[in-house]
Amino acid sequence: MSEPLCTDPSNEDFEQEEHELEKSGLYSELTRRRFMKAAGAFSAATAIGLPIVAWAEGAPEARAITLKVNGKPEVLSLDMRTTLLDALREHLDLTGTKKGCDHGQCGACTVLVDGRRVNSCLTLAFAAEGSDITTIEGLAKTSDPQDLSDLHPMQAAFLEHDGYQCGYCTPGQICSAIAAIEESKHGALSIVSLHTGKTDKPEMTDDEIKERMSGNICRCGAYPNIVAAVRAVARGVSA
Amino acid sequence: MNTFNYERATTPGQAVHAGAVRGAKFLAGGTNLVDLMKYRVESPTVLVDINHLDLTQVTQNADGGVTIGALVRNSDLANHRAIKTQYPLLSQALLSGASPQLRNMATTGGNLLQRTRCYYFTDVNFPACNKRNPGSGCAAIKGYNRIHAILGQTDKGANSGESCIATHPSDMCVAMAALGAKIEVEGPKYKRAIPFAEFHKLPGSTPWIETDLRPDELIVAVTLPPPKFAKNAYYLKVRDRNSYAFALISVAAGLEMDGNTISSAGIALGGVALKPWREREAEKVLAGKAPTPENFKQAAEILLRGAKGYEHNTFKIELAKQGVVRALTLASQGTTEGAQS
Repeated sequence: MSEPLCTDPSNEDFEQEEHELEKSGLYSELTRRRFMKAAGAFSAATAIGLPIVAWAEGAPEARAITLKVNGKPEVLSLDMRTTLLDALREHLDLTGTKKGCDHGQCGACTVLVDGRRVNSCLTLAFAAEGSDITTIEGLAKTSDPQDLSDLHPMQAAFLEHDGYQCGYCTPGQICSAIAAIEESKHGALSIVSLHTGKTDKPEMTDDEIKERMSGNICRCGAYPNIVAAVRAVARGVSA
Repeated sequence: MNTFNYERATTPGQAVHAGAVRGAKFLAGGTNLVDLMKYRVESPTVLVDINHLDLTQVTQNADGGVTIGALVRNSDLANHRAIKTQYPLLSQALLSGASPQLRNMATTGGNLLQRTRCYYFTDVNFPACNKRNPGSGCAAIKGYNRIHAILGQTDKGANSGESCIATHPSDMCVAMAALGAKIEVEGPKYKRAIPFAEFHKLPGSTPWIETDLRPDELIVAVTLPPPKFAKNAYYLKVRDRNSYAFALISVAAGLEMDGNTISSAGIALGGVALKPWREREAEKVLAGKAPTPENFKQAAEILLRGAKGYEHNTFKIELAKQGVVRALTLASQGTTEGAQS
């Protein structure tokens, strides 16, 4: 398992990224990152000594599994109890997907399984074997994005519209938003579509966006900007 | 979470065979089961993954009804053409429940078997729960019982081994009850159909027995009778926030109209009992009548007859009565024309 408390990238990388952000004019992102850098060091210090994974009693039997994540088959040996979320974070070091409540109530763990948004905290890794799993790390157009145009339009829209504050719920919000737009393109209805009678071709109005994004909680309350980001992509006017 | 063996089944027969092992559970969407396993409310010895069974179709029946495969996901069912157009009550109920992510995972069969969201059931630190620990009592009776039952509960005191005031949390089931659905199950050597009203059990003196399903049976489908309420249906859900919350009370209301006269009605309440609450008398009293608030009020009074509240949920009695009138009023005005609630 990789070091779970490491929140601080090497200074060299960090400075380079800050330089890029400054160049792109994304000062809010810059401020957020500086805040997170400081906050990360603090929480790492306070968390030392606490177990990251609560191991159950007995010697768990591990079994081989192949998970296809972001287009790449990953061979692992996992305890059968492992959730998809823990497999991604603790075994594949894909820590972009976040653990919020771990009980399907917050949406921070949202990933795409065969293109559908699901809560990875309630998905057993073994039940996801054979499916195509897409996480926040697999959304950008290139494996090593250099600027906004390399990102997925939804990622770029969240940056442009400042759709976050602390950023913890953001990967889940972005995965969820991408699926929400796909669903609406395919004519999927929400309770808002039914109540307003717009059932032929539901439009992504703000009420629709709010309802369709209601599975993703943001404790910072960045909702207006999240809605703005989703609205921009839905209308095809994003970066 | 306790350890278990994970197996994948590919046919219903194989699943039934694997599921007959003591302590085995079927895994479908997992939205409720995996959650309860984390809380150690559920500790299966074997998880039989049934997600790869071919039970994912909605098919039209010769009688005009439909058969819904047990593994049709809630989001797919709500958006299926036959359901949207012929059974809008069901689409409304499904889309009122949970979140898009959970609806993508949750299945028709799994939704039927949702366990109660009673806090004292979910939290194993509370010793008293007759569902989780038969004979231990009911902590909810004298606890925080805002989400608890007002109808059909068993209350012989907090220390009685028979008491239980939990509610069933499903929205889908409330609509299916009003529509008169049937549940198709497969056992080791037979198949049978269970009328919806007989599927979920009230606590009675055995709160730990929740359904009519036997341990070695697998739900394979839900069948709906020919549609009657396609034009006049409304699912009203009243909750603490407008999305992604369980119902305080909900009302599934379907009306079959002949001009300005009601020819038949289907009404079920959610959030008030351990099963969707239906009173045939409340439906019969509306037949041949005009869709007026007075007539709807009469049906509401019959439905809530004998209701009993607790410290934190007495408000539900009046709320449910008004909810019945409102849902029936909106249903009588036409399915998609209801004001947003």
